[in-house]
Amino acid sequence: MSGADIPVRVARVETVAERIKRIRFVPVDGRPLPTFSAGAHTVVTMRDGAKTIKNPYSLMGPLGDTTGYEISVLRTNNSHGGSQFVHEKLFEGAFVTISHPSNLFALDLRARKHLLIAGGIGITPIMAMADQLHQIGTPFELHYSTRTPSSGAYVDELKQRYGRKIHHYQTVSARRIDLANLLSQQPLGTHLYVCGPDVMIEDVLRLAREAGWPEQHLHAEHFTSPRGGLPFDVELAKSARTVRVKEDESILQALESAGLEPPYLCRGGACGQCETAVLSCDGNILHYDHYLTDEEKEQGRKIMICVSRIKGQRVTLDL
Amino acid sequence: MNQEFKKTTFRDDYTFYNSPESIRRFPFPFWEDKYMYSVNIEPHVKGPAGSVYEFPIDINEHYVSEMADRAIVLKEDPLRCQALPHMMLAQWDFLELLMTSMARDYPQWFSLTTEGDHWHWINKPLGIDQKFTFGDPSTLPQEPMEYIGRQCQGDFSIQDQRDGQLWMDAGIITTQADWSLDFDVGMNFMEWHGPVPLAHDMKVFDRALKFLLNLQLGQPVRRLNWTMTINPRLDTSPENFHKWGSDRTTVTPENVGDKVHLRVELQALFRLPRSNAILFSIRGYLIKLRELVTVPKWGRRLPRVLGSLPMELIDYKGITRYRDTTLEWLAKYDDGQPTSPGGGPD
Repeated sequence: MSGADIPVRVARVETVAERIKRIRFVPVDGRPLPTFSAGAHTVVTMRDGAKTIKNPYSLMGPLGDTTGYEISVLRTNNSHGGSQFVHEKLFEGAFVTISHPSNLFALDLRARKHLLIAGGIGITPIMAMADQLHQIGTPFELHYSTRTPSSGAYVDELKQRYGRKIHHYQTVSARRIDLANLLSQQPLGTHLYVCGPDVMIEDVLRLAREAGWPEQHLHAEHFTSPRGGLPFDVELAKSARTVRVKEDESILQALESAGLEPPYLCRGGACGQCETAVLSCDGNILHYDHYLTDEEKEQGRKIMICVSRIKGQRVTLDL
Repeated sequence: MNQEFKKTTFRDDYTFYNSPESIRRFPFPFWEDKYMYSVNIEPHVKGPAGSVYEFPIDINEHYVSEMADRAIVLKEDPLRCQALPHMMLAQWDFLELLMTSMARDYPQWFSLTTEGDHWHWINKPLGIDQKFTFGDPSTLPQEPMEYIGRQCQGDFSIQDQRDGQLWMDAGIITTQADWSLDFDVGMNFMEWHGPVPLAHDMKVFDRALKFLLNLQLGQPVRRLNWTMTINPRLDTSPENFHKWGSDRTTVTPENVGDKVHLRVELQALFRLPRSNAILFSIRGYLIKLRELVTVPKWGRRLPRVLGSLPMELIDYKGITRYRDTTLEWLAKYDDGQPTSPGGGPD
């Protein structure tokens, strides 16, 4: 959380593919940044005028480089301002703060082989994984699917480093991943990691389960960013306040704008830190997180305020 | 701290004792006149100069003696130190954390110079001078965890994090309060806490696990735990129960002050950077009751705590046989005056 944030400067902004920029942050005080593990992310806090934007981004590596961190950001249309801000207003020399790295998508180092599958911008944590596996010498394969050749960031870089371990696919051409075949051919003891669009993750996990993979060998990082929706009011039972959540902001963002500091970590519906008790709701909770169980979602007594919202007029939270 | 290292023993003739300074900095664990489980976790941040909280890794006057005792335990029973194969990266994380902390906080005793992967470690109190390649286990005389674990006070276990659980997949444990690494290795957080009474019903472990899974890099946390030990014995392991278990029957009104020890563990948890594992350090402190009652507040409070402890806890901590004798001896130090809040001396 904000107490331990690290002030950094944008040292480099580089367009690496269609709609994708790579950003390098270096520490303002020149002291080494913490080492991080493959799959880790950092929450970047940026100021856009009066507005504060906090977005989680996967750290790409190289691992062990404590002089700077690199992230890649895809320009999206339905963004809450994060990716748009990065693409339009984040220039070299700008100052932002980043959280200590945190990992919700770690490698299982017991695996005898690692099968990495990435779609589009989902390549970023997968790149750090490839780096780590290369360093410790565990076998891996990386299957990377992009829409067009020009949207494929880092293909050349990856092929140069890891050669035949890299398999590239383009969805606009006929060259797609034959997932069913790929997943049925892996040796026992293989772990699978997938990062990309929701539909791809769901496909990969479904096919893996059908092929008999054990649940503990399947690892996925979903890109859950807060979705917009209809506005509603949040009533805070403990602090006796009401805060309006606008179309384009999450409950967490609305509370922060109102000067509150609810706990959070990943801001992506994955870690569970911002779990909040729902005391009443005059509509339905729209659960967008990957943390609560289906049963808990149905009960409607908890909400992850970083990504989920309600369809209704008013929700009362135990805050 | 600017003291000489003591040469005392934690077995056979049991010459261990605390200096007056060491008594004053003892982490007395009772902040009120009663005790019950709680998650009681706080940030492991820098405390007052001279206190056990001053640095993340506390080295004190017993350093050399404790390391000698650890060497004896490991020689007799190498299974006190175990690491599953996938924990090698975490072992290096552990070595880095200890070497950098010790060299930074105790430059008079330890030094670390690094140039890329080429590291040079000097440990003056133990007479060690080692050059090695970080990340290459073949350049050290033992695997990294054992190597540095033999040079640092406290027991250490390393937990791998996967599938929403913590797994005790490595550790160097020679000064434990009656639990066994060899038994627990490979178990998860709920499994190894299985024998603890009462706390499961209180959901203490569910809350603690959830908290730890999100433990952040650079934000270690700590808590105190305690038990009592007869004789200043560090190795009160199940493996050696036949050597120390019967000591509990030897407490008499005459020897309580010298034989009965309060044993406090300063437990800290650190997220490790490369492996995403969690290091659990268990730094034990022993104090004789005769030493403890030199602080009037502690002399008043300890009998009140022991006298009101639930039976399940007394049994679990192995105090049953000598509790009454100890309480009778302590009674004269409780004059009925109120005690101030918090654990520190007045």
